Amino acid sequence: MVYFYAAAMDIPIKECLLLLYIGTERGTDDMSSSKHKAWRALKAAFPYTIPIFAGFWFLGLTYGIYMHVSGFSFLYPMFMSLLIFGGSLEFVVVNLLLGAFDPLQAFTIALMVQARHLFYGISMLDRFKGTGWKKPYLIFGMCDESFSIIYTAKIPEDVDKGWFMFWVTALNHFYWFSGSTLGGLLGSLLKFNTTGLEFVMTAMFTVIFLEQWMKEKKHYTALLGLGCSLLCLILFGASDFMIPTMVSLLGVLTVLRRPIEKAGGFV
Amino acid sequence: MESMTILQQVIIIAVCILATMLTRFLPFFIFSGKKPAPHYIQYLGKALPAAVFGMLVIYCLKDVSIFTGMHALPELISIAFVIALHLWKRQMLLSIAGGTVCYMLLIQFVF
Repeated sequence: MVYFYAAAMDIPIKECLLLLYIGTERGTDDMSSSKHKAWRALKAAFPYTIPIFAGFWFLGLTYGIYMHVSGFSFLYPMFMSLLIFGGSLEFVVVNLLLGAFDPLQAFTIALMVQARHLFYGISMLDRFKGTGWKKPYLIFGMCDESFSIIYTAKIPEDVDKGWFMFWVTALNHFYWFSGSTLGGLLGSLLKFNTTGLEFVMTAMFTVIFLEQWMKEKKHYTALLGLGCSLLCLILFGASDFMIPTMVSLLGVLTVLRRPIEKAGGFV
Repeated sequence: MESMTILQQVIIIAVCILATMLTRFLPFFIFSGKKPAPHYIQYLGKALPAAVFGMLVIYCLKDVSIFTGMHALPELISIAFVIALHLWKRQMLLSIAGGTVCYMLLIQFVF
């Protein structure tokens, strides 16, 4: 387990050093401002994505192996991680592919599993403005992790926001794609004791929640989020609680709009 | 069970891609005009993220059982550790790595 963990943390550092080296070599002669902007943003974005690298490689490898043992070639996890880029749905799709052919059912299930992206879009309407050609890709690649980082990261003043968001999305996309494809290729060859590594995602969302908590002045919406989710989890169970959670959150936020807006303190 | 043909599999995957992209692009299509989004949507845009982060924490813990097995102890201890570490050092990577190692040690060696 330590070995895998070290490997997971080691690779990006090596990559980073290599990139830094290439960067300094090149930086002197052709430093057009756009290249400079992109490079600066990559350096700012990369550290934020390191935990995602660990988490996505772990989950991606698991997903690829799962596809492999379910009898699918690596092409399936490869294309699905590239084109769907949504972990929880991709696990569900395995079952859909093994069942009877029912596109309408698949569509409904996919909509329900992915519905939370509607919330992300509504929160990103302003931030994605003016990002030009990057905007469609930013929207396409907006998974839980990219959204959370982009929303909470402290982007330095001298870093281009569009490029920063682009790199966070592209790096996460690449981690998920490479992890899933490798898992599909190597299949059951991988034997590490990685039990518990999946907690990296829980730890990351806990830290993001905490960061948001420390930044905002009032905690009504954070508490509502925890409360509604817990309540719905107890009432509806682990596999069916997300939609009730989202509906009840919208309801409560709508009913309590006046007091919440009056209290203010949003970040 | 009769397994699907390649074409049927491609259709299922395409349908899932379509549904996913619908949920990601819809808000931008609806509120893309020159005029700003309605106040209610702007309010939701500001109020939702904190709530969503709370939801994602619970989502990660959804399969943990309080009443059976290890009674969620490894999870609770590790989350407390993450919070303590983060309040102390406020280094995102350190808190995440520390909490993960804590959890792995707990479930591999203690529980």
